[in-house]
Amino acid sequence: MSTQRIVVVGAGMVAHRFVTTLLERDGAGRFEVEVYGEEDYAPYDRVALTSYFQGTSAEGLLLGEPSLWEDPRVTLHRGVRVESIDREARTVATSDGGEAGYDHLVLATGSYAWAPPVPGVDLPGVFMYRTVDDVARLREWVETRQRFFNRPVRGAVIGGGLLGLEAAGALQSLGATSTVVEFAPRLMALQVDESGGEALKRLIEKLGVTVRTGVATSEVRADRDGNAGTLVFADGGEQLVDVVVFATGIRPRDNLGRDAGLVIGERGGIVVDDTSLTADPAISAIGECAAAAADGHLSVGLIAPGNTMADVAVDRLLGGDAVYMGADTATKLKLLGVDVASFGDAFATTPGALEVVYSDPFSGAYKKLVMTDDASTLLGGMFVGDASAYATLRPMIGATLPGDPSAWILPEGAVERPDLELPDAATVCSCNNVTAGAIRDAVNHDGCHDLGAVKSCTKAGTACGSCLPLVKKIMGAELEKAGLEVSNALCEHFAMSRAQLFSAIQVADLRTFSDVLERFGTGRGCDICKPTVGSILASLHNEHVLGGDRAALQDTNDRVMANMQKDGTYSVVPRIPGGEITPAKLMVIAQVAEDFGLYTKITGGQRIDLFGARLEQLPQIWKRLVDAGMESGHAYGKSLRTVKSCVGSTWCRYGVQDSASMSIALELRYRGLRSPHKIKLGVSGCARECAEARGKDVGLIATERGWNVYVGGNGGFTPAHADLLVADASDEEAFRVIDRYLMLYIRTADRLQRTAAWQAEYEGGLDEIRRVVVEDSLGICAELDAHMAHHLDTYEDEWKAVLDDPERLRQFTSFVNAPDQADPSLAYVEQRGQRRPATPAERESGAVLIAPARLEVHS
Amino acid sequence: MTITAPAVPSPSRVVVCDYDALCPELGVAALVDGVQVALFRLADGSVHAVQNLDPFSGAHVISRGITGDRAGVPTVASPIYKQVFSLVDGTCLVTMDKQPTSGMSADLEVYPVTLDNGQVIIDLAGRA
Repeated sequence: MSTQRIVVVGAGMVAHRFVTTLLERDGAGRFEVEVYGEEDYAPYDRVALTSYFQGTSAEGLLLGEPSLWEDPRVTLHRGVRVESIDREARTVATSDGGEAGYDHLVLATGSYAWAPPVPGVDLPGVFMYRTVDDVARLREWVETRQRFFNRPVRGAVIGGGLLGLEAAGALQSLGATSTVVEFAPRLMALQVDESGGEALKRLIEKLGVTVRTGVATSEVRADRDGNAGTLVFADGGEQLVDVVVFATGIRPRDNLGRDAGLVIGERGGIVVDDTSLTADPAISAIGECAAAAADGHLSVGLIAPGNTMADVAVDRLLGGDAVYMGADTATKLKLLGVDVASFGDAFATTPGALEVVYSDPFSGAYKKLVMTDDASTLLGGMFVGDASAYATLRPMIGATLPGDPSAWILPEGAVERPDLELPDAATVCSCNNVTAGAIRDAVNHDGCHDLGAVKSCTKAGTACGSCLPLVKKIMGAELEKAGLEVSNALCEHFAMSRAQLFSAIQVADLRTFSDVLERFGTGRGCDICKPTVGSILASLHNEHVLGGDRAALQDTNDRVMANMQKDGTYSVVPRIPGGEITPAKLMVIAQVAEDFGLYTKITGGQRIDLFGARLEQLPQIWKRLVDAGMESGHAYGKSLRTVKSCVGSTWCRYGVQDSASMSIALELRYRGLRSPHKIKLGVSGCARECAEARGKDVGLIATERGWNVYVGGNGGFTPAHADLLVADASDEEAFRVIDRYLMLYIRTADRLQRTAAWQAEYEGGLDEIRRVVVEDSLGICAELDAHMAHHLDTYEDEWKAVLDDPERLRQFTSFVNAPDQADPSLAYVEQRGQRRPATPAERESGAVLIAPARLEVHS
Repeated sequence: MTITAPAVPSPSRVVVCDYDALCPELGVAALVDGVQVALFRLADGSVHAVQNLDPFSGAHVISRGITGDRAGVPTVASPIYKQVFSLVDGTCLVTMDKQPTSGMSADLEVYPVTLDNGQVIIDLAGRA
């Protein structure tokens, strides 16, 4: 069979889906594909456009693997527009003067942003919100005007739908004020009802966005420089503006099809049947430019139905019989951080439908379920402010909901939620059309036993990710049925996970390892459970790690409160809070290093590391530090390590907050806090982020109004960027939210699980954590606060405490029968003026230059 | 192993320390005729002596490891790379997928310990 040439017009998300699916499924190499896109970019994620303002680059938005475009079967023509179609000759004419023949043509031209024909819509300072170039121009304008006026830019968004609220969020993240002007009487009129719209308005206004509904814009009037300067409303009102964004809807780009004589829908869009074919069997149309029969010949502005049309078109080309069944208009969005979701018959248009409504005056959330007249079968639902039940309920449309339906919308715990067993046919991931049955198959037949495997096997949750909690739940249930559930036992001595053991020890109020072992474990313990219990006891009671029977529980470094190196000697890292140090203290550190002959190096955490101290030398070194008003530091242990910072507004020309003072306050607040894994913090004094705070477990980045608090970042083996927990927090608000975040982590994380993995696996993710620590949804904040207050009240210099206690001091001895002798096996060589441990080869060759005895300090 | 029998004179037997100088479950190092020995007094009162040299790192650190048990066998874990050794016969029970440094056995030497009149006595010649 000869190769068929397919021409794809448009290089957006749906075109990308078409090409990837075709290449994946066309194993026989029957097709070659030419893709024409008028933008200068490869297909990118238009849905995530707003993330461009949170620092994602244009490249970061690109869809899929770049290697797709290296496939010899596909050619991507960027920046080339298709101008016309010759259906007779089966060719298209392109904007670069070329011509391309096709065997099959796929139109995926999408839609364009439509603005009402009001005067002034073309003034400088008026923008659309559709492409990467649109948002790049918008950003540049706002930043330029901000510098010009030297005050926050006044922004307005015309249109209170999905895109309008996205744009309002974008303006806010650029530091502009924003007002949303909506012609309809409520926001998001397509997704929510009147009460939902009111709830949404209240939640968004709380975030500092002004909302005006039921207002028509009649003109954008120029200021004296000829830029957009005033909005004029139909009711005669006016508002001063520096930038205006029109987000008043989209229209299908159907002109190519129209000019070629294809059938066009009444409200625009190229008419296609349920196989994505137009009136011409050699031409398909997919996505927003198409008006499908199954959608009543209306274009649908959502990504999921576009992807389905693309899949159907591919299947048909390959001889399959797939059918497009119409759009699932279920949506779940996060606008300015506010959840909005609706699915099924959300407006209760089914005759006799019952509405079960819950409106939470505290959190401002509004939730509604639509049921059949006997309150048994779910028809649809609507969520504003808290959409946590969406992923579970959406696939249950048309199914019987066991128990009291209000259990799903009342605050968690108010009424017990029954367990739902989804039917196999229920769609779990609507972006990629994955059913519950497909996920069960992947677990039972394809050997996928963790979330990553299920994702790559089924593609579930790989687009928007909102279904992941449900995917995880289905997978867990299947594993359990198959008896495959991975044991979460800590070790052979404890059948519990760390989190379970933590609450068990807390509830039973135990204080020694022997009590914990007797109560909850078996045997003598080991090097896994002993440090874990030691850490839990320290987190709970904050008593000295070497006190009671606890010294024997501590891991390598905690046991002597210094960092063991490869030859069995230790390094000491004096605490330098925030990395700020006086020259006098610097000299103390230098003198200690000199006197004890310690190899000295600056660490990655802005501290000074002194290497090569022997066990018996540690107390002498600590004493020198304590006498100089300093303390040693926790460069070891599962605890707060360092708070890294830039110099901040006190010296820096660009700083907007005093990051150095903040980082010192944070280090002194959380020092000594024992946790499931190490914790690192960072504070940057401005958005330039010199302290790399987003690579830390907790990172603060200064804003004009306070601090943006990011959580869940780390470097290391699997680097992760921290995500925003709260914005523009005052110092006090930042302390409070970090206190609670860290305490929740300490209580519920697994052993050796860093914050990034913990918050990803926390049921409901970071959104749920935010509800717990900001809105107190579990009612535990007072307890978390009290726990942190206890930590602050009971902090002691643990190194000084050893110096004051002869019993503990006795453990810092080289040999029980020869306390005056140093370990005779230590050997060093000189390198760049300092010493380092000799390698085995150097020991054998006798090249060892420095014997430890020569570095002995006699005091 | 601990033998609480009357001491038999022998040139290789050395009094190391008082039993009371040992804390339960906390090892100490001793220097016996130039050999570094790790001594452990466990919660049941027994005293164990093994080589202090960690075969997987080449450092003398076994005395600073965490004690415990694997399936009932008393153990110590190296503080450097966390290999687990039997305190009864020195066998390496968990290698952590590592090899000992060149020329060393993965297992530890074990020395007989005698308690006599409150003193801990080690017999270097009586390697198990």
